[in-house]
Amino acid sequence: MAESTELLSGWGRTMAVRSHRVTPRTTEELTELLAERAPNHGVIARGLGRSYGDPAQVAGGTVVDLSAFTTISAIDARTHAVTVGAGVSIDTLLHHILPLGYFVPVTPGTRQVTIGGAIAADIHGKNHHVDGSFANHVVSMDLVTPIGPMTVTRASDPDLFWATAGGMGLTGILTAATITLLPISSTLVSVDTTRHRNLDEVMAAMVDGDHRYRYSVAWVDCMTSGATMGRGVLTRGDHAPSDAGSRANALPAGAAVAVPFNAPPGLLNRLSITAFNEAWYRKAPKERLGGIESISTFFHPLDGVANWNRLYGPRGFVQYQFAVPDAASATVATAIERLAASKVPSFLAVLKRFGEGDPGPLSFPTAGWTLALDLPVGPPALPAVLDDLDDLVAGVGGRIYLAKDARCNPAHLETMYPALSAFRSVADRVDPERLLTSDLDRRLNLRGSRHA
Amino acid sequence: MRDAFGQPQTAILFGGTSAIGLAIVDRLVDARLRHVVLVGRNATALEDAAAALHSRSVTATVVLADAADGATARGAVDQAFAALGTPCDLVIMAVGLLGDQSKDDDDPDRTATMFTVNTAWPAAVLAGCRAALVAQGTGQIVVLSSVAALRTRRANYTYGAGKQGLDGFTLGLAESLRGTGVTVHLIRPGFVTTKMTEHLKAAPFSTTAPAVADVTVAAIAKGAPVAYAPGILRYVFLVLRHLPSALWRKIPG
Repeated sequence: MAESTELLSGWGRTMAVRSHRVTPRTTEELTELLAERAPNHGVIARGLGRSYGDPAQVAGGTVVDLSAFTTISAIDARTHAVTVGAGVSIDTLLHHILPLGYFVPVTPGTRQVTIGGAIAADIHGKNHHVDGSFANHVVSMDLVTPIGPMTVTRASDPDLFWATAGGMGLTGILTAATITLLPISSTLVSVDTTRHRNLDEVMAAMVDGDHRYRYSVAWVDCMTSGATMGRGVLTRGDHAPSDAGSRANALPAGAAVAVPFNAPPGLLNRLSITAFNEAWYRKAPKERLGGIESISTFFHPLDGVANWNRLYGPRGFVQYQFAVPDAASATVATAIERLAASKVPSFLAVLKRFGEGDPGPLSFPTAGWTLALDLPVGPPALPAVLDDLDDLVAGVGGRIYLAKDARCNPAHLETMYPALSAFRSVADRVDPERLLTSDLDRRLNLRGSRHA
Repeated sequence: MRDAFGQPQTAILFGGTSAIGLAIVDRLVDARLRHVVLVGRNATALEDAAAALHSRSVTATVVLADAADGATARGAVDQAFAALGTPCDLVIMAVGLLGDQSKDDDDPDRTATMFTVNTAWPAAVLAGCRAALVAQGTGQIVVLSSVAALRTRRANYTYGAGKQGLDGFTLGLAESLRGTGVTVHLIRPGFVTTKMTEHLKAAPFSTTAPAVADVTVAAIAKGAPVAYAPGILRYVFLVLRHLPSALWRKIPG
């Protein structure tokens, strides 16, 4: 089993800590590893490190690299189910299944996440309002827990199944999962793009029409105020019915360009971001119906530039993503207004409607709205502005997304995730010694280990 | 764990009754700090400081240790980390003794104590903290030095030379910790009006404990390796350090 000591941080590059990285080759090695590690140092799984904050690291502890768990089974032609190693990325899986006429049931804005991470964060995509989150499409999970390996289904152990969905790796280490794929007849996407002059118009269009599309997302400009506050571009679509091009070349082999080194501090400032947002808004058509786009253009805009997180410079960035119920839809406008008023520069924000959430006690999506903003670390006002937003979001029955978090006020966690105590009981059942922990867990006390 | 903005949740304050140290703690409690260990000599004063923290919903534990006795350093580190029980996000080294130069001048015992309290004990404690934080894989260290360390002067050369030792030690410590996940922030305040200096005439660019705390918290957030309080002293001392001795002698303060 390969072992090294290295400095790790999340995609936001904000909290580098040193951990031991181990790379088990088999389930047996992993089971043995969990039996051997002393609980006080902690163990957590890590995939491709795309979580923004600290869920896939444990300072001074052991980070388990699942890159050896890469098998992909044959696809069951009747149920469309496939069994995939936890270390397989959505990118690898798509390269494998697109030529066979299948798509992943849920994809985030990047293909560079693993199946294990997709379940641990219970990720969502542009189709959440129709198809729910990733765990909704998971048939079974192979989980190695400190009390031993087990295969978990909704029927065999519903509590453990749902605690693992969105459980941020704290209920065990996933080695494989069986998921149900989406059969498609084309690798192209038919897209309707509409431009809207302010946030109210964007949100009204989404409420009116999202149900007509499998996929829907809006990109919103957070640097404008007044009559154009929250102007945005709404893109909605579905897989095209027939295929003009070849399936084999549906995805690019890699990113078109890469950021080769860390940008100097302050490259992304109010001026440069305002200019970018303006150009981006002007570039979008007022209305274009039935446009044809590739899968990578439509689903994975973040993959066009490799290492784009380096643009934020040495101090890194945070992403603030929250969800609020429909009754509190005004929170979206309030959040954008407060950030604009505090002069914190923000790139385009992503706005999306969520359908009903799944039963995972730590699963993020709940019916209503979600807004995600990238914010550079540096403006002195930012920590307090986000703390105030936490208060607002928690107060209206909303929550923040743990896979994106790097700074949430821990006092709000039980309000945001009311089933937290149920999660803690399940985690303690399969990990009574509390071997599994992460810096996220330590920071937010997810497992309830700290005596307050 | 500290967060993306470098805001700690747990801290150990060596010099648990230091006005500057407690002002830093106070500022951090406004953010995320919830568990503090106060290390010092004066049990009553430490308990008072702990009680003030309890009233702000902060867990505060007291560890007794006398910085005038170099042999207590190891035990103080072990007890402080054990009292915290969880990874320590921040170590603040705020131990210091200003002394009285007119009495220190000809007194070997007083001079030895000055160097123990200002240099030997803090350095020994920092060595112990270094081991503990490296094992944790994360942590931040704040060391309160002084602009007096930049150039010793007649009025307080024993204090200045002691801080000079700690200042240089800290810069080397920071180098030794590159790539470990542990960062070091050296703070060089000017004349700070506290109980330690209330009998003295304030020097130019004098500052206060809360102002030094603001500089320190900003240095932690920015990851600044060296910070001055007030900030202008960085440039003032750039000049003062290179003045001819005849002129340096005449600078007030």
